[in-house]
Amino acid sequence: MTTDAFDQVEPRPGSPKRDTILSVDGLVRRFGGITAVDVDHLEIQANAITGLIGPNGAGKTTFFNLITGFDEVTAGTFQFKGEPLEGVPAYKVARKGLVRTFQLTKALSKLSVIENMKLGAVGQVGENPFKALIRPIWGNQEREIEARADELLKRFKLYEKRDDYAGELSGGQRKLLEMARALMADPEVICLDEPMAGVNPALTQSLLQHVKELKDEGLTVVFVEHDMDVVRDISDWVVVMAEGSIIAEGSHASIGKNQAVIDAYLGTAHEIDLGTIELDPEKH
Amino acid sequence: MNWSIIIESTLEAMVTKNAVVFALAAIGLNIHYGYTGLLNFGQAGFMAAGAYGTGIAITQWGWTIGPAALFGIVLSVLLAFFLGLPTLRLRADYLAIVTIAAAEIIRRIVKSTQYSEVTGGSGGLNGIGRGFYDNNPIDSGLDLGIVSFSERELWFMVVGWGVVVLCMVLTYLLVRSPWGRVLKAIREDEDAVRSLGKNVTWYKMQSLILGGMFGALGGIMLTLEQQSVQPDQFFTPTTFFAFTALILGGAGRVFGPVVGSMLFWGIIQFTDVSLRQAIANDHIPTWLMDGVQAGQVRFIIAGGLLAALMIFRQQGLFGNKREVALDDH
Ligand SMILES: Nc1ncnc2c1ncn2[C@@H]1O[C@H](COP(=O)(O)OP(=O)(O)O)[C@@H](O)[C@H]1O
Ligand SMILES: [Mg+2]
Repeated sequence: MTTDAFDQVEPRPGSPKRDTILSVDGLVRRFGGITAVDVDHLEIQANAITGLIGPNGAGKTTFFNLITGFDEVTAGTFQFKGEPLEGVPAYKVARKGLVRTFQLTKALSKLSVIENMKLGAVGQVGENPFKALIRPIWGNQEREIEARADELLKRFKLYEKRDDYAGELSGGQRKLLEMARALMADPEVICLDEPMAGVNPALTQSLLQHVKELKDEGLTVVFVEHDMDVVRDISDWVVVMAEGSIIAEGSHASIGKNQAVIDAYLGTAHEIDLGTIELDPEKH
Repeated sequence: MNWSIIIESTLEAMVTKNAVVFALAAIGLNIHYGYTGLLNFGQAGFMAAGAYGTGIAITQWGWTIGPAALFGIVLSVLLAFFLGLPTLRLRADYLAIVTIAAAEIIRRIVKSTQYSEVTGGSGGLNGIGRGFYDNNPIDSGLDLGIVSFSERELWFMVVGWGVVVLCMVLTYLLVRSPWGRVLKAIREDEDAVRSLGKNVTWYKMQSLILGGMFGALGGIMLTLEQQSVQPDQFFTPTTFFAFTALILGGAGRVFGPVVGSMLFWGIIQFTDVSLRQAIANDHIPTWLMDGVQAGQVRFIIAGGLLAALMIFRQQGLFGNKREVALDDH
């Protein structure tokens, strides 16, 4: 059980981890006068599920944008498997195995569900325009990709929808599709930005199960979530952000008792019950 | 009203020079806009690159048609790089602005007296590709009763539509492939595609190049048909005629641009000849419209028809209604 990985880890912001797969130092992102992210040091444990929580506007999405190459840092460095990633374009970050999903879902509406899935596969020979002309060159690979996609669709209960346009799915189904599609890209680390928001409660349980399975398969999961029950259920470690900085780290038990965390949440305009922190999921 | 003349010239317009040239230009725009979502408002510039590249290589350097046409295509590829490199990283509207300006700059450069030694200035180039008709293996015309074609027309139609079909086949093969899937995904949401490890900017460049090459082929066919080329054939409305053809037929469909181009020129010709006939036969009083004005009014009517189409059949003739409905989400 990977929870052991945190046995010796101190519950304080920036604490070193046993197997760090992702680390950031002095990471700052400013938008004009607003400092959206200002993280001194953070390490993410490999092959574990880390929950990233914090009030709206804390900088969680911006943090994801920065480490996945979708936004440019104002200052700071970050490493993935020891390799510096600043200035690396988003598509290269993804190819290295650091894949993210988006808070506002980006299902490709006019592509069918199965086409969405197949798009996710990396290293496709048929994505070269010359080879694309000759089907026998890429046909076999396409069939393998399709088989893998179908497996994932079954797992995510989307198989019946495989030939529908993604735009015809419900909001929750799109979230599922986006997560399944990200898995097609063979990530080592997957960053999920509010994966459960809008997902039908009946599906949430099985989705949580999938996320746990990802860890069993060797993946590292970092996810943003507002529902504390979910966080408690699946995360091995919780990182709390407020106003751009990491204000606390630890097991969910220690987080619930942390005065800085309670203050941060109470400082916001939201109704908070730390038992079931349930912020407005569609906050935009 | 002489209906047989109206029908004959309408049918002819649907299968001859303009229909071929704009089918190719619109096939190119279909790759750009229909499949990748790129707004290239300077397709006329790519057509000019093909036309003038071929024309200059033949008239100035004495090249044969094959290599000269290839040179025209190479120019269009260079143009795509030149326009794409600074703009494709940016938001979609930058490409639109840069391409519309570039096409106009190209037209003014080839028209200017400065380079008229090479480009022929405002008169353009003449005597291009005599070899095209010299090699015509067809030795008699074709009379279908309602419409007839000379052997020259037939030869152009065979070659021109042959090129169109080839481009359609290429499009078909490409858009059903994983490559085509990446383009269609970029059309929907670039960032989603980036997040899956695809080099979006490079794919957009490939799309711009390919569609530009199809546009250049249109310019080349125009040059060969006329055996001449004039700068004002590449004015801004040329691009929008091609866009109109694409929307009319249905963007994102292999047949869309081709059928759209045939219909577009059919409608233009039909309204033009009908109006002239009506004026000549006093069905329309001259205080309302004379023969010269009819030439303008045909575009007004064509525009009205297009507007009606967009209201009643948004997806164009070949488009997919289910896809268009998704835009509302
Ligand atoms: N593109 C942007 N331009 C200006 N301000 C931004 C931008 N993106 C985020 N911000 C600001 O940065 C802060 C952090 O936002 P965000 O990362 O979305 O927070 P979270 O995901 O934790 O809710 C907010 O104050 C937000 O308004
Ligand atoms: Mg967010």
